[in-house]
Amino acid sequence: MAEAINRAYRTLSTKQRYLINSILVVAFLAIGELMISGGVISRYQTTVLEQVGIYIIMAVSLNIATGYLGQLPLGHAGFMSVGGYSCAIFIMRMADVFGVGTRDFSTGTPQAMLLFVCGLIFGGLCAALAGLIIGIPALRLKGDYLAIVTLGFAEIIRVVMLNIDDVLGFQLTGGAKGLTGIPSYTNFLNTFIVVAISLFLIHTMMKSRHGRSILSIRDNEIAAESVGVNTTYYKTLAFVVSAFFAGIGGGLYAGCVGVMMPAKFGFMKSIEILVMVVLGGMGSMLGSVLSATVLTILPEALRAFSDYRMVVYAVVLIVVMIFRPQGLMGTYDFSMGNTIEKIMNGQFPWKKQKKEETVAEETKEVAKDGR
Amino acid sequence: MADSPNEIKRKRQREVLLPVPTPNLVTERDFGKPLVLEVEHLGIDFGGLTAVDDFNIAMGPTEIAGIIGPNGAGKTTIFNLLTKVYQPTRGTILLNGVDTAGMNTIQVNRLGIARTFQNIRLFSQMTVEQNILVGMNNSMNTSLLQDLLRFPAHWKEEKEFHDKAMDLLGIFNMQKYANELAGNLPYGAQRRLEILRALGTNPKLLLLDEPAAGMNPNETEELMENIQKIRDDFQIAILLIEHDMALVMGICEIVGVLDYGKIICKGTPEEVQSDPRVIEAYLGKQGAKAAKEAVEK
Repeated sequence: MAEAINRAYRTLSTKQRYLINSILVVAFLAIGELMISGGVISRYQTTVLEQVGIYIIMAVSLNIATGYLGQLPLGHAGFMSVGGYSCAIFIMRMADVFGVGTRDFSTGTPQAMLLFVCGLIFGGLCAALAGLIIGIPALRLKGDYLAIVTLGFAEIIRVVMLNIDDVLGFQLTGGAKGLTGIPSYTNFLNTFIVVAISLFLIHTMMKSRHGRSILSIRDNEIAAESVGVNTTYYKTLAFVVSAFFAGIGGGLYAGCVGVMMPAKFGFMKSIEILVMVVLGGMGSMLGSVLSATVLTILPEALRAFSDYRMVVYAVVLIVVMIFRPQGLMGTYDFSMGNTIEKIMNGQFPWKKQKKEETVAEETKEVAKDGR
Repeated sequence: MADSPNEIKRKRQREVLLPVPTPNLVTERDFGKPLVLEVEHLGIDFGGLTAVDDFNIAMGPTEIAGIIGPNGAGKTTIFNLLTKVYQPTRGTILLNGVDTAGMNTIQVNRLGIARTFQNIRLFSQMTVEQNILVGMNNSMNTSLLQDLLRFPAHWKEEKEFHDKAMDLLGIFNMQKYANELAGNLPYGAQRRLEILRALGTNPKLLLLDEPAAGMNPNETEELMENIQKIRDDFQIAILLIEHDMALVMGICEIVGVLDYGKIICKGTPEEVQSDPRVIEAYLGKQGAKAAKEAVEK
């Protein structure tokens, strides 16, 4: 026993871990780009991939509030629309200032890229501001009450978007007919990069003292307060960060679809995103990514079955919830570094692990010692 | 076989209690030193019910005190008042000489008060080490930006506090559990982890709510040693609520007996044990009479 514990466990340094992950991300991106330029993936499929990326951001950002903070906000589509509208309007208005034409986004001039980044960040910040304004009063509530309050706020956002077409002589959202003529600034490359950066930032936040405080509130709010975690601050922080990334997702969405209409960001959109999080497993980033991918591709892949596709979609949800109520991944999170370390030490993930047994034995031993 | 109460008693040094300017008592060892906790006329009403009334206590910087009393006497309510889970209706609480009126739980925690709970409240979905690191959160000071972009300061601080957390786990020899989920630990280990998490906040006063609940005599014995060890190593005051008399009589220097929200008796464990009011509170008038007769026989 003792030998097994003392045996040196070969580990990867932090730099090696980052290197491996960076290489994988770049390789994945390169494969995708090559397939698109080589014509293996059609234009339609590329759009679906962009949507997948957008919904990954939406699901992972909602996961901060549901999975990590343990609250149930139902107004994520509201933040998405705030981010989408503000990003789209910013880019449309600033195109002249930056000297960017409509075609420059597809060729990718430096000014166009700068405008894109500024637009996304502006959209994210607007959504974060909305999140702050909504979060401060709403986070005093819990559970169902919070869900209803955030749902109400999302409806308010939708109605506001519908009615601020003409404010003080400024043409803003285009009202019910929608905001049209948004340049298609979203493409596979920049969606991929934004998704990668978003996932990285959310990951680093959760693996830091701030993330631990947020998780502690989910697990036991009273205990968290008793050890001095400023629960109000961290709840608001999680909510605002969640809204920020929803805004970024919305910004990408506006560029991908090209038309923003308030009706698209109703209650059902919020539910759709929540379903992704719950299906993937609350508190698992991998789960959110997987289920966002599956649930975005599934309705598209089933397009041939026309009306029946929504039935299949619903059946998939029911089956998963019956057989895995904790979601596909539960709270499990994948770590490339840890997996490679395990393989280096001869513990293959596809073989049954003995680790749990040893722990149980240790516990027994401790119990024996105690007796 | 556990030590008999008499043997346990011998391990504790006899303390002489001296009066301080308030109606409180402190141990001779801490006499003249600044008090870590001074509570006067503390009381709280829930509607028409007075849960705690006129509660007084003073604690020296390295004192172990105990509160005992029958169920529903208001012991846990006192802890909740001290940690500001409830705001007191009456009375003052001075923590290191600072009046805590109007403060919330987080602020009094930063002033140096940490607690455990009667029903364990761990962060059960987090690992043991993470539990302790949450406790240490207030000593860490990287900004969100530094953490997000993984500045060198982030790695430095994470490493520093990882080592600190491991040292803390070492007190109870729990390093091997560091990466286990807290919720999967055996019961006794969960109780110990809760104490360690509270210690992680660098308290000057540690409140333990029934630390020995559900433990066997051996574990209780070990816990007593550990409580004294913590007091000696960290030089902090410890206030505990406990039903296990062997523990209370074994390590507490001052014991207060609470009944119906009022302190009915206060003094050294020996004084308290023989006080007729205490026996009456626990056994009732009839029971006290019967006990007295039994002793006389």
